[in-house]
Amino acid sequence: MTEILQLIIYGIVLGSIISLGAIGVSLIFGILRFAHFAHGDFMTLGAYFALVGVGVLNLPMLLVFPFALAAAGLVAVGIDRSIYRFMRESSPIIMLISSVGTALMLRSLIQIVWGPDNQIYAAGITMPYTFLGLRIKPEQLIIVIGAVLLVVLLHLFLHQTRMGKAMRAMSDNMNLARVSGINTERVIFWTWVVAAFLAAAAGIFLGIDTRLNPIMGWRLLLPVFAAAILGGIGSFYGAILGGLSIGIVQELSTMFVSPAYKPAVAFAIMVLMLVIRPRGIMGGKE
Amino acid sequence: MNALTEKDRGRLEAREIFGGYGGMDVLNGISIIVEPGEIVSIIGPNGAGKSTVMKAVFGLLQLRKGSVHFNGRNITGFRPDKIVRQGMCYVPQEHNVFPSLTVHENLEMGAFVREDDFSEQLDQVYELFPPLKDKRKQAAGLLSGGQRQMVAIGRALMLNPDLLLLDEPSAGLSPLFINQIFERIQEINNLGVGILMVEQNAKQALLFSHRGYVLTMGMNRYADTGANLLRNQEVAEMFLGG
Repeated sequence: MTEILQLIIYGIVLGSIISLGAIGVSLIFGILRFAHFAHGDFMTLGAYFALVGVGVLNLPMLLVFPFALAAAGLVAVGIDRSIYRFMRESSPIIMLISSVGTALMLRSLIQIVWGPDNQIYAAGITMPYTFLGLRIKPEQLIIVIGAVLLVVLLHLFLHQTRMGKAMRAMSDNMNLARVSGINTERVIFWTWVVAAFLAAAAGIFLGIDTRLNPIMGWRLLLPVFAAAILGGIGSFYGAILGGLSIGIVQELSTMFVSPAYKPAVAFAIMVLMLVIRPRGIMGGKE
Repeated sequence: MNALTEKDRGRLEAREIFGGYGGMDVLNGISIIVEPGEIVSIIGPNGAGKSTVMKAVFGLLQLRKGSVHFNGRNITGFRPDKIVRQGMCYVPQEHNVFPSLTVHENLEMGAFVREDDFSEQLDQVYELFPPLKDKRKQAAGLLSGGQRQMVAIGRALMLNPDLLLLDEPSAGLSPLFINQIFERIQEINNLGVGILMVEQNAKQALLFSHRGYVLTMGMNRYADTGANLLRNQEVAEMFLGG
């Protein structure tokens, strides 16, 4: 029993990271109507920007986070302006393929700049807190609390601000948003900013939990998409639910199969979901 | 919303417009005029290009030929988000609410381009459609067809337009609701808002329209006052079901 609970805790940690990525993928799909394959590399980029903040700029910990998020946001908007913007009217499949190209470019750039080796934010090991025989490391606690905080902030943004509401409106009905006079390009701009913030945060958390390397985000892309699809793509709360489910199931699967098969578990869930209920738990967009 | 004082304010004129989808013209030189404060109905058989005219006027369709003037300005080729700022708003026939947004948020989105306080306009819409006030916190997608139509029209009124385009406002509604919606449309018109609408319930619509246009095959067939069109033997037989 303790073992199962322990794995669920690890699953929640991993699930928090996956959720942050999945929300971004879901938002982008809802508003721009394409599967953004470079999202994993946005995560990687965020993680490395934080490394620059820690190692090169020697920023205090509290500033590293906003620095990395802002940098990732800038890159995302820059990529949208220089690549995706010219394909707004193209079919989703062309957008998807161009995002695969973007993913490859980003990953190679990261490898050129920071090298292919594993890196870490800080050396040393921390002792986990124990509670009723369950262990959780301080970093992991930070990850979960950070993810919850970001989700709450995003919820407030989507429901209390004019731009947030416009994002939900555009995700609901693009044409009606247009005839209502909503400036769709501005909504798209903010969508990239928000999605990149969340992706960068996910990347940093992943770097804290494990290590940094140029393919860290790419490897998480499959679980992220599985989570978005499981929750119902385009649905914000679905993405959170999907992320946590995928994280927990992945960790629990290690009781039966080798941990190396974790991505396969996510893949199996995604395929199963697409067959049984393609619209996802929360009934997302087609 | 604009500081326009000319007599042209709210006046719409589409001159001999041609256009359609994917190289095929649906509109073959239609002309439509709405004088300020008028209710004008467009009727005609399916495929006559009624809804397409609305889309063309509102910048949702590229015109191949012809021009659209509003407020005395040439707005041909303007994008919808620019047109709404001129004081013309449009209610599509289908998918005309944001289903996951609340009624209140739907109305807020109608006012998106407004930087000023629009609470007065909001009160006016709730006054016009009292059922919406009780459901303001409900998702619009969960409302009945009639109430959804109220949200859709209410959203378009949030900019206090001079001209409102309504594409089949009574489509899919029960007879009871059809009457209600038509009554509201007249009430909106009494506030000084011009109305251009496409209607399947042609007879009923012409009864309260100042003027009407009968279109066939993307061309003007008849144009007259609502009353005259109703009296016209030929129109009655061919388009009003005898």
